[in-house]
Amino acid sequence: MASDKGITLRRIKDYLIKGVVILFAAVSVVPLVLILFYIFKQGVAAINWDFFTSLPKPVGEEGGGIANALLGSLMIIFVAAIIAIPFGVSIGIYLSENGERLLARNTRLVVDALQGVPSIVIGIIVYIWVVQPMGSFSALSGSIALAIMMIPIISRSTEETLKLIPHSMKEASLALGVPYYKTMLKVIVPSGLSGILSGIILSIARITGETAPLLFTAFGNPFINLNMLKPMHSLPLLIFNYSTSPYDDWHRLAWGAAFVLMSFVLLLNIITKIASRKWKVQF
Amino acid sequence: MESTVLTALNFNAYFGKNQVLKNINIDIHKNKITAVMGPSGCGKTTFIRCVNRMHELTPGATVDGKMFLHDEDIYSMYPILLRRKVGMVFQRPNPFPSMSIFENVIAGYLLNGIKLSKAEKAEVVQDALERSALWNEVKDNLHKKGTFLSGGQQQRLCIARAIAMKPEILLLDEATSALDPISTASIEDLLFELKNNYTIIIVTHNMQQAGRVSDRTAFFYLGEMIEYDLTPKIFTTPKDARTQNYITGRFG
Repeated sequence: MASDKGITLRRIKDYLIKGVVILFAAVSVVPLVLILFYIFKQGVAAINWDFFTSLPKPVGEEGGGIANALLGSLMIIFVAAIIAIPFGVSIGIYLSENGERLLARNTRLVVDALQGVPSIVIGIIVYIWVVQPMGSFSALSGSIALAIMMIPIISRSTEETLKLIPHSMKEASLALGVPYYKTMLKVIVPSGLSGILSGIILSIARITGETAPLLFTAFGNPFINLNMLKPMHSLPLLIFNYSTSPYDDWHRLAWGAAFVLMSFVLLLNIITKIASRKWKVQF
Repeated sequence: MESTVLTALNFNAYFGKNQVLKNINIDIHKNKITAVMGPSGCGKTTFIRCVNRMHELTPGATVDGKMFLHDEDIYSMYPILLRRKVGMVFQRPNPFPSMSIFENVIAGYLLNGIKLSKAEKAEVVQDALERSALWNEVKDNLHKKGTFLSGGQQQRLCIARAIAMKPEILLLDEATSALDPISTASIEDLLFELKNNYTIIIVTHNMQQAGRVSDRTAFFYLGEMIEYDLTPKIFTTPKDARTQNYITGRFG
């Protein structure tokens, strides 16, 4: 009956390992849930109509809102996306089409390295390259810094998506006498649209909370500004400034802003899920 | 008299240094079905991929020798224009997954930016689907995605997509090898209808299929064209021993 004993032992080991895996999963989820819960608890109290529509009040006055930062964040992110999408998607298409060329291999290496560059460094580089020559801080330079961070995410997801599209799609199109560029733009890219879109939305979610690249670029602004060439406020900057301030009321605004930021990112993630399901192409 | 649509003269094809077609000379006749058969690796697929210049899309692939569509040298035409005159159906059905059945049929027009009025589109779609014997099955679902169809229906959709461009030659690259016998039979029936309007070249490693559907058969072996004649002759009185061995099932 030696083999029976062996099996019992194996089953015990099996349960043990399963238990350990579940335990570790739970342990790593708990702090995340606690953080979300804490932000929710602290933030939701700050939310009211005024919070979204009015400007921050001067020190010592109660109330006020984050309208300038909210609007600023949306504009900076929007412009960053406009800059990053063409670059990211084109790089992704190039890499998926010419995977093994020397230039492609080096491009991939550079893009991967770019993903690892600390965001503060990107902020400093954009400060030197854009802010200094232009002579002033501007929302545009903030958008450029964020766009640089978005490009690797977009190009990677585009590349991976397009690589999964069967070669037969391309042949079918070329065999109909469709030129190469139209084959790419009208057959291959639409077939991979769900993956490309989710990459774009995820890249937006990824940079929404970035503070460091905006410190030396968009700089911040206590008023509502719609001019991309002037300094502009943003949610992460506001959180950074207010949470390090000594005033309770500003802490309250910072929590509220953190809550808004978190909800925005959550919303983007949900949209990604829906988009990738809706646009999913079955081969 | 049978007129010649396609002529190959001393035609060679290579993948890198590896020669896959050796000195092919063949005349393809108008409104006939020509079968290209042979064991795997004999160059039969490469041959038809040279006809619409898909061969050269593989990195390192080259050709020499001459190939003519009527009197025009295929290798001095623009590949884009050539491929509109030479339609192709692939081994595996490959309808465009992002398009409806309707759009798939006129994909050649849509993707090439050829403008058609609404009435013309409807006419082209109905005509191509009727010719490919798919109209009755899909006429109520034209705006559903093409990928919802069965494999055999998808393949007929791909045939409709190819003939919607009104090509002169239709190439079928083992177009039934991924299909069940019933779908295969329906596509073979279809070929008989289609040859009234098109010149058809089918690649097959299935001898029975070559025997059933084709007017002429070319037997390829190790990159050479061993024999080319009327199909009944190839199957009853082959001149070359290798052809005889192949059709009697001694290899391949």
